[in-house]
Amino acid sequence: MYDAGKIVPGLVLFLAVVTFPFWLNVANGTSSAAPKLELPKGYTRCVEATPVMRATHMELLNRWRDLAVRHANRVFTNSNGQRYVRSLTGTCLGCHRDKKQFCDRCHGYMGVTPYCWNCHVAPKGGAQ
Amino acid sequence: MSKTPEELLQIHYHPPKHDWMDPSIDFEARRGTWSYPGGVKSLEYLGLPNPREWSPTDEDWKLPPNWQEIVHRGFKDLLTKYRSLRIFMDCCVRCGACADKCHFFIGSGDPKNMPVLRAELLRSVYRKDFTTAGKILGRAAGGRALTIDVIKEWFYYFYQCTECRRCSVFCPYGIDTAEITMAARELLNLLGININWIVEPVANCQRTGNHLGIQPHTFKDNVEFLCEELEDITGIHVDPPINKKGAEILFIMPSADYFADPGIYTFMGYMLLFKYLGLDYTLSAYASEGGNFGLFLSRDTAKRLNYKMYAEAKRLGVKWILGGECGHMWRVVNQYMDTMNGPADFLEVPRSPVTGTVFENAASTKMVHICEFTADLIHHGKLKLDPSRNDWARVTYHDACNPARAMGLLEEPRYLLKHAVNHFYEMPENTIREQTFCCGAGAGLGNDENIDMRMRGGLPRANAVKYVHEQHRVNLLTCICAIDRAVLPTLMDFWVPGVRVSGIHELIGNALVIDGENERTTNLRGEPLHGEGEVSDDV
Amino acid sequence: MRAVQALTVVLLLIAIAWGGAALIPAVFAVAVPYLALAVFLLGITLHILAWARVPVPFKIPSVCGQQRSLPWIRQQRLESPFTSWQVAGRMALEILLFRSLFRNTRSVLTPKQRLVYQPDKVLWLGALAFHWSLLVIVLRHLRFFLQPIPRSIQLLSALDGVFQLLVPTLLITDVLILGALLYLLGRRLFNPLVRYVSLPADFFPLLLILGIAITGILMRYVDKVDLTAVKELALSLTVFHPTVPHGLSPLFFIHLFLVSSLIAYIPFSKLMHVGGVFLSPTRNLPNNNRARRHINPWNHPVPVHTYAEWEEEFHDKLKAAGIPMEGDD
Repeated sequence: MYDAGKIVPGLVLFLAVVTFPFWLNVANGTSSAAPKLELPKGYTRCVEATPVMRATHMELLNRWRDLAVRHANRVFTNSNGQRYVRSLTGTCLGCHRDKKQFCDRCHGYMGVTPYCWNCHVAPKGGAQ
Repeated sequence: MSKTPEELLQIHYHPPKHDWMDPSIDFEARRGTWSYPGGVKSLEYLGLPNPREWSPTDEDWKLPPNWQEIVHRGFKDLLTKYRSLRIFMDCCVRCGACADKCHFFIGSGDPKNMPVLRAELLRSVYRKDFTTAGKILGRAAGGRALTIDVIKEWFYYFYQCTECRRCSVFCPYGIDTAEITMAARELLNLLGININWIVEPVANCQRTGNHLGIQPHTFKDNVEFLCEELEDITGIHVDPPINKKGAEILFIMPSADYFADPGIYTFMGYMLLFKYLGLDYTLSAYASEGGNFGLFLSRDTAKRLNYKMYAEAKRLGVKWILGGECGHMWRVVNQYMDTMNGPADFLEVPRSPVTGTVFENAASTKMVHICEFTADLIHHGKLKLDPSRNDWARVTYHDACNPARAMGLLEEPRYLLKHAVNHFYEMPENTIREQTFCCGAGAGLGNDENIDMRMRGGLPRANAVKYVHEQHRVNLLTCICAIDRAVLPTLMDFWVPGVRVSGIHELIGNALVIDGENERTTNLRGEPLHGEGEVSDDV
Repeated sequence: MRAVQALTVVLLLIAIAWGGAALIPAVFAVAVPYLALAVFLLGITLHILAWARVPVPFKIPSVCGQQRSLPWIRQQRLESPFTSWQVAGRMALEILLFRSLFRNTRSVLTPKQRLVYQPDKVLWLGALAFHWSLLVIVLRHLRFFLQPIPRSIQLLSALDGVFQLLVPTLLITDVLILGALLYLLGRRLFNPLVRYVSLPADFFPLLLILGIAITGILMRYVDKVDLTAVKELALSLTVFHPTVPHGLSPLFFIHLFLVSSLIAYIPFSKLMHVGGVFLSPTRNLPNNNRARRHINPWNHPVPVHTYAEWEEEFHDKLKAAGIPMEGDD
């Protein structure tokens, strides 16, 4: 007894499941381009250099939250000696006015769901 | 007996320093742990390869000059016939879960008795000869060239496996060492390497119809002698038909049941039961063997011997077949017979003439186990049993490997015992049912020259018996396997003196209250019913 | 020694990825993963088909419970399945929960020379933790291959990080797989019997997967990878328009190369147990032998001793004993 009637469909199913990102993306014409972020006009630099911010903004914000909320320490001095207020809504969103056009683009692309907005209210983007 | 229990219990579970891949077996130093080679006459009678006089202790095993090629071709052939072998060669991850599940490893501490390593003995050659990585990388990929020392090692360790399948219960992929051992034995067979304790019974059975080589007239004598004994004890005259055409049922039992103590008492039990029921049955002098040592040699020899069951059922024109208490017989009957020698379309679906029960679970093979048959009788209140006649016995039950793990016959024998005896005690749970331990002498290893290994292999079983012997004063080990009945008495005398061995239908025979019988003063063994083992209170 | 051999190979792979990606990133970002995937798919297919071409001549389930016999005896359906559905149930238990490994015991010879069998679930737990973590981790990685990311994958990731410890959130499966791998490696190294039977091919996958897990965790917490660049690469590979974005780190290339090595290695190794467990004849066959006949496609004839031959040989003895013979009537 060979059981080809079970093995072959099983194998086809396995191959289909393993390769489904390929045929799904090809069929949907999925673009492989990374999302473009809408940067605040008139600024060239965030509180730290862009590569640092890209890689570690979540840790910086986490630290800010702890210091500001738990230790009332609200002044941040960056690596260049410039001072900022440790505030998501005040400092970050002061420039990055539109969450949808900035935060969400990458977070959505990568499936990241930060819990910032469990407490903070997201500003209405672009409404000036 | 070459070693004492104390000596055998010096077991070291730590592996040696040297690599397992370098084989060397000193057969001279290891006498007592291997079996004598197959005799020339038997091999010639069966037409099996390379019959010759030789001994494992010889330097030269007198193999054919192209022995490597023979094994390679044979291996290739098996790999195209058995998916089990192919998958079991490819899939093992050496997790080691099987290691301490083997009775031979537990009893010997020899790491090559771990099922994983036993299989590696074959698998290493498979890798070297049949896988890309093994061909290129050799030893680094776990490959091993087939040398004469490897062959010698195969002989040693594949005749230290009883094909009991306990390891396969624990393996996450169900790797069954029985399949691997069978394959290895078939390969060795191609070179004429096998053991006489298997080859001779197979040749006997092929010729006379049973392993013991009992010829038809002697078969009849034995049966009649046992029936006379039975009449002396019970006053019931039994005259079982032999080769009777047109009987409803063909009854086949292992030959040891009409030949040797204590199987003969089980035989008396069957005979008394059939008389009680007025069953229309016949024995056969041609199919006078339930067991099948062919299974321990190759699946082809298993088929050759098994052929007689259906052939005889057809010739005699019976409706169905009833099978006696035997272990590996039921491995063959349950898992191989219908495929090998079926379809049994000339038989009818078995139906108990007493209760009318149709055995749907045997609808195709048309063969029923006597424990199923008798359990059905008791369930329908058809038997009058007086369990107090077995009060001399404090009983435990040993699941034979094959009825347990190749069949799932677990409750039926227990049901019989519960109705036939008053004092029944189970052994610890990891040693019974599907986890049962082999007697240590199955698959053709129950010979005297292999006695040390038998005692080692039987240690886990004996140890569990010892537990109930001490806890509950158990003095009778029951079983439904003829090999068990042949080898367990020796095992008990060695490890647990004071415990005897019986089949279940012996106890049924004792308990059966039958019209016209004498008042029973002895059991079927002729021992007083109120004897040494009897106890009045339950502990 | 065998562990050292395996470790050497893994370190060599790391070195190749490190050096190679610096010189020819396109090869390591595009050609290697494509090749590895092709080898994986083709290799698995051929291997399974090779198994499938070999018949199962006999129905040989390892029965682990009461058979179906008399109607009033309770059959153990999952341990001794009779129907195909019961077999499916047994297989599901085996594949999803490692039923057989759950039975594991340890045999101990006590100083009083008694054999006892202690339940030993650690191996089962370690194996289960490893395999399930691996599955969840693979599924989590689908976020790199799908756009938009399905809710189910997001949910799975959220569940994996449900403790919300550390930033980025600590994933339970990362901890589990590291622990399980170290346990599995540890018992291979320190359990004398397991070490004795272990081959380089047993250490290699463990070390390889350990390497993959460690590089993955390093990219999350230490040498942070540019996730958008990784996803760009992944998506471009899936639509067959490979582009190699800037910002892929050496660590990422090592991770990718080790993963590629692993999937290309699977079809040629014991890792085929993934497929084998589905096809194991002692598990995937029902215990209904006597009710339904199993066909052996190569069931060849064997030399038998027929009744006629037997009667001829023992004719006189049969006659003398008065045993009925053919032609008597």
